[in-house]
Amino acid sequence: MIDKTVHSVAEALDGIADGAVVLLGGFGAVGQANALVEGLIAQGARDLTIVANNAGAGKIGLARLLAAGRVRRVVCSFPRGGAGASVFEELYKAGKVELEIVPQGTLAERLRAAGAGIPAFYTPTGVGTVIAEGRETREIGGRTYLLEYALPGDAALIEAWQADRWGNLTYRASGRNFNPVMATAARLTIVQTTHLVELGVLAPEAIVTPGIFVDRVVRVATPADAQA
Amino acid sequence: MSGGLSRAEMAAWLARDIPEGWYVNLGIGLPTIVADHVPAGREVVFHSENGVLGIGPAPAPEQVDPWLINAGKQPVTLLPGGSYFHHADSFAMIRGGHLDLCVLGAFQVADNGDIANWTTSLSDTAPAIGGAMDLAIGARRLWVLMEHTTRQGLPRIVRRCSYPLTAPGVVRRIYTDLAVIDVTAEGLRVRDLAPGIDFATVQARTDATLLPVSR
Repeated sequence: MIDKTVHSVAEALDGIADGAVVLLGGFGAVGQANALVEGLIAQGARDLTIVANNAGAGKIGLARLLAAGRVRRVVCSFPRGGAGASVFEELYKAGKVELEIVPQGTLAERLRAAGAGIPAFYTPTGVGTVIAEGRETREIGGRTYLLEYALPGDAALIEAWQADRWGNLTYRASGRNFNPVMATAARLTIVQTTHLVELGVLAPEAIVTPGIFVDRVVRVATPADAQA
Repeated sequence: MSGGLSRAEMAAWLARDIPEGWYVNLGIGLPTIVADHVPAGREVVFHSENGVLGIGPAPAPEQVDPWLINAGKQPVTLLPGGSYFHHADSFAMIRGGHLDLCVLGAFQVADNGDIANWTTSLSDTAPAIGGAMDLAIGARRLWVLMEHTTRQGLPRIVRRCSYPLTAPGVVRRIYTDLAVIDVTAEGLRVRDLAPGIDFATVQARTDATLLPVSR
């Protein structure tokens, strides 16, 4: 019997090594696998590269991992949080974390390419700006394009709304964002969900991420559980 | 700055020019409020780069769904017919030329259509691009909505952007508190003036040379 569910966050994160490239879904706090990313603190991996749209806000999730000094490099499109300087901005100003800034659509497409077996692609985004300086461009059909490379991860941390034991996933509203793309782009795709359902419950037409892309699923407490 | 339009009036000025049926992305900040000013009964479909099409009005506080936000990370609602999709699909809509219009704010726009709207200094704190570079080159048309001058009274419409570019040569039209200006092959042509504002006043607050309204 195929059963990708594991019993704890620690079990879910087993094997993520020092120096790993970790893809972290979410747009701001929505759809971000906070239980998994905070679990990396106890898991112990160091010198991590985190690929995410944002660089963490407040004091939870990615901000906690950054504050614990486990992240060497952040690849993101928008490294600003809410009001005031974030944990990331303080570390960045102090020279304690590296930043690779990537336009949001280029970030999404580099991940999509990695998951689809495409090593590189040309995009019009960023041509004529500082991000294209010194990099390969090519004219195709009279327009200039910038060469961008696929961005695969060693692991992806995904937040799903529902999951089954095969790793089939659905997402909730705008909590989808980068999660389905990142789920395809890592060698080890790890999912946290608040709704673990029996096989067959998810309508085939409603499954957004088919289980082929998923390695491990862990059920985490809902905010309501935590208050109970 | 006396005599110019309020931010709500600027947004309404732009909103009147969006035809029914257009798919439109509104940038964060001032452009976001354009959605509140689309004339009643006109169907315009608003896109947000975090994977939402068919955004409706802001929810009442007791109706906020924490799972449903826009690109500015504000709570929003979804209209009947709305849909969700992942980030690669969302930017396929943007980069693939499927949006009729994108409205962005800007620090500067040049008379050749260059836009600078993501950072004022590369040595500043962590620079943030977000979706701006993809939106600027991807939508079929890019309109800018911004105050005509900075808080210090310096022109934002310039001969050449001094800030790092978001994209070169992409702006088609500029809406400010003073005027609507088209970016044309001949240069910047004033299309409309705010009530009580004359051409000379607009030119005096603009670094680039303006062409008068065509009659």
